[in-house]
Amino acid sequence: MSGSIQDTFFEECEDLLEAMDEGLTAIEGGEHDQEVVNAIFRAVHSIKGGAGAFGLDELVGFAHKFETVFDELRSGKLEFDTALIQLLLRSSDHLADLVANARDGGTTDQAHHDVLIEALAKYIPEEEEDLTFEPMGLSGAFAPEPIMDDSEKTFEIRFHPLKEMYGTGNEPFFLFQALSELGELSVRLDDSELPGFDTIDAEESYLAWNLTLITKDSQDSIEAVFEFVEGLCELTISSDADPAEEADALAALNAAFGTDAEPTADAGQPDPFEQPAPAKEAEVSAPVEEKASLPKTETAKTEQRGPKPTLRVDLERVDRLINAVGELIINHSMLAQQIANLDAGDVRDVETELEGFKNLARDIQEGVMSIRAQPVKPLFQRMARIVREASSATGKTAKLVTEGEATEVDKTVIERLSDPLTHILRNAVDHGIEKPEGREEAGKDKAGEIRLSASHRSGSVCIEIRDDGAGVNRPRVKQIAIDKGLIPENAELTDSEIDNLLFLPGFSTAKEVSNLSGRGVGMDVVKNAVTGLGGRINISSTPGKGSTFTIILPLTLAVMDGMVVSVADQTMVVPITSIVETMRGSDEMINNLGADGTLLSIRGNFVPICDVAGALGLRQCHDQPPGVYLLVETETGQRSALAVDDIFDQRQVVIKSLDGVCGNIPGVAAATILGDGKIAMILDPESIIAASPSAAAFDTERRISNAIAS
Amino acid sequence: MQSQAEVKQVDHEVKHTQFSEFVSFSVAGQAFCLKITQIREIRRWSPVTILPHAPSDVLGVMNLRGAVIPIYDLSARFGLEQTEASERNVVIVVAVHGKQVGLLAESVSEIISINPEEIQDTPQVDSRNTMEYIQGIISHNESMVRIINLDAVITAPEQVLL
Amino acid sequence: MKTKVLAIDDSRTIRNLLAAALEEAGFEYHSAVDGRDGVDKYADVAPDVVITDINMPILDGFGVIEELRGTQINSKVPILVLTTESAPELKSRARAAGATGWITKPFDDQSLIFALKRVTGAAA
Repeated sequence: MSGSIQDTFFEECEDLLEAMDEGLTAIEGGEHDQEVVNAIFRAVHSIKGGAGAFGLDELVGFAHKFETVFDELRSGKLEFDTALIQLLLRSSDHLADLVANARDGGTTDQAHHDVLIEALAKYIPEEEEDLTFEPMGLSGAFAPEPIMDDSEKTFEIRFHPLKEMYGTGNEPFFLFQALSELGELSVRLDDSELPGFDTIDAEESYLAWNLTLITKDSQDSIEAVFEFVEGLCELTISSDADPAEEADALAALNAAFGTDAEPTADAGQPDPFEQPAPAKEAEVSAPVEEKASLPKTETAKTEQRGPKPTLRVDLERVDRLINAVGELIINHSMLAQQIANLDAGDVRDVETELEGFKNLARDIQEGVMSIRAQPVKPLFQRMARIVREASSATGKTAKLVTEGEATEVDKTVIERLSDPLTHILRNAVDHGIEKPEGREEAGKDKAGEIRLSASHRSGSVCIEIRDDGAGVNRPRVKQIAIDKGLIPENAELTDSEIDNLLFLPGFSTAKEVSNLSGRGVGMDVVKNAVTGLGGRINISSTPGKGSTFTIILPLTLAVMDGMVVSVADQTMVVPITSIVETMRGSDEMINNLGADGTLLSIRGNFVPICDVAGALGLRQCHDQPPGVYLLVETETGQRSALAVDDIFDQRQVVIKSLDGVCGNIPGVAAATILGDGKIAMILDPESIIAASPSAAAFDTERRISNAIAS
Repeated sequence: MQSQAEVKQVDHEVKHTQFSEFVSFSVAGQAFCLKITQIREIRRWSPVTILPHAPSDVLGVMNLRGAVIPIYDLSARFGLEQTEASERNVVIVVAVHGKQVGLLAESVSEIISINPEEIQDTPQVDSRNTMEYIQGIISHNESMVRIINLDAVITAPEQVLL
Repeated sequence: MKTKVLAIDDSRTIRNLLAAALEEAGFEYHSAVDGRDGVDKYADVAPDVVITDINMPILDGFGVIEELRGTQINSKVPILVLTTESAPELKSRARAAGATGWITKPFDDQSLIFALKRVTGAAA
């Protein structure tokens, strides 16, 4: 049970960290609004509260420091300045780390932790800093239970409520009831102070009680009962046992067992009419002035009451539902296929019903899919941190501006976008944004700007990362590609082709591998990650003005429209989105070029032919002329004709990931289950073209073909 | 106890429990077995979908109640000749590394009950594959049955980069 | 009749912890996610005791106490303040507003139940 509550805590932490980040971003942007500060305070405070419940001491300690600084800020004792904001940002990052560590069992960077603690402490006044949060009040009565001697004692208790007590909802009767659970209690009302009826003051408290309790419990337990009315009553407790002796004996016992019975000062004071200690009285009177300075909450009351009601559902349940809907769609195509195979007379009615079934299934599917859709906001907020860290590591100044944060994308896409985005952003800071001096010379603002935006674009999601840095250094990129043997020395490339060299495996422009974007990982990995999501990535760059990475992703990972084709006796699926046109081939359309290059002529244009079977290693040579060509266009605008044996139909397929089934297969994006229950590979046209044997000669061919065509 | 603790960990798992049930089957004419608890189901062979660029011991993928699972040719995996899969053959579906995979075998023989004491360490032979994939041998009906070390035969699936 | 508890806390974690502890101990548990929600729910739930957090959006714990004790509602129901704050001035400020008692976070189930018993006389 506590496990699941702890899960909720970490889930909630995600939300709270997000709220905190949001607030800090606003503050960084110059918005020092009281409500923003309050919101951050509450977020940190809630994390602390929850963490305390699970004994996450390190997290509690840090959250407390962090929170205290915000408390100072919201009470106006402290003002924001650049240094403080930077510290708060770093602290929020660290807090997120601590939460992650608590959840995943990582270890804290102790040095960093200590540095931040110390830095935060500088903003906290001494006395408040020491305000630790230990449970109070009930300490004596509860765990660890101090050793009690077993003998029964008789306590005489006199309880005289002050009139203040009646406003607090404390009922003498309930207190007595709680006392009676400790032992045998007798209660005598003392109404001797009650004045005559006509002089009675309704506000005054005249009644007192004399109680006798026979119990094995200690005096602490009795005092604990009266904890809430401390200072609101006159209370004296005395016992029949010799107080000094008892305290001594207990102290000795407890010392032996290492517990602390905390004998109170009252134990030795049998005077029944002793007044409450002055300190306690001060507690009652002090708040009256403070009350006047209560933060005004009325203004907030009219605000809209939080977000729309939502339901938190275990992701597994949603995925089960998505799977079930997927099966439903497969089931539909199986039915359709079997009805078509029936050879029965008139099946039009059945087909109409079946069409209705299909539409309903699609509706359900869309509904279910939308459950998985989430705004990219949290992802974007995490990216602000990446830019921050990258900037401080490189000594550059860069700011992340985000747009379209409300754009909703499939949850898995969001999760799997984190790494590629991180990499692109680090790259942008590391290689794109110039050093502050360089920027000034170029007449730019000292601080670089990276714009991260998301938008929906005709059935897909578009994520754009635009920096205002130096742009791709094309001569250098080309030289590196030549040096590494990625392109021939005499290659003539367009600007866009040079930019796209960055995505080639084994390419890295950094002269020395910086520990930031280096790590031996190149943009090819980013590209793989994006294509793994069924998406495409493109780069465009203007020298001196900056670079833009554009990532186009499918709205959902679970289904897509595909063209079912046959390749070397295998049934396969090609994503509809990448197909421009399909055509039956004829011999006169094929033009040989060189030894093994073939071009397809389409209305006077020539495009290279890519034999899919050959690219997938399923057939050695063109032993039979392919029957059908799928004209596809890559993200750089290059066109290719994918040669397949036959086309069956176009249908919606449920995507089954091959992750964990096998490694990355060049040319294959995923798999699906067809109507007959067989698995079919879903092809990735981009990588098929790349894997095509004629791909090496491709560029020259295309250039020639363009020359011929124009 | 002391001596058991020194046994390799994989052996330990097998030897620890009293009388384990094993399913024996034949691969390229040799007898192998797997602990019954590792086996999810046994199916007749039916043609699978080929995975492009797959190594020769990966036959392809098959649909197991909506899940895509890879099918390995055990014989090829052990460095023996490739199996000409036919309807007579079986696919043994096992759970390993939290995934299900299918293993093609010639045929399933029987369920045998083995006392862990009977398991002998694999004698040193001049084949690294054998040493790696076989975690022990037992004598059953006067013939040798090899206990497959599933963790070694099916390595954890490759992680997609990044 | 089970003793009805209305817990007001913006932290889902704390609400869950309270729900678990209170339901186990035989209380009828109701919750609200912020102070305004708490005051609104108060009328519907008619609890025997209110447990409220202090730091909450929209209406904080002090506000809750003031509204419940104020002339509009004029409630005599015990109100326990659930707080990580152990500062005496916060305690006394809550008391001045009319709080019955306090529970310090992190709380243990036993002391929570004990506190509830003392203010409601609940048999639970």
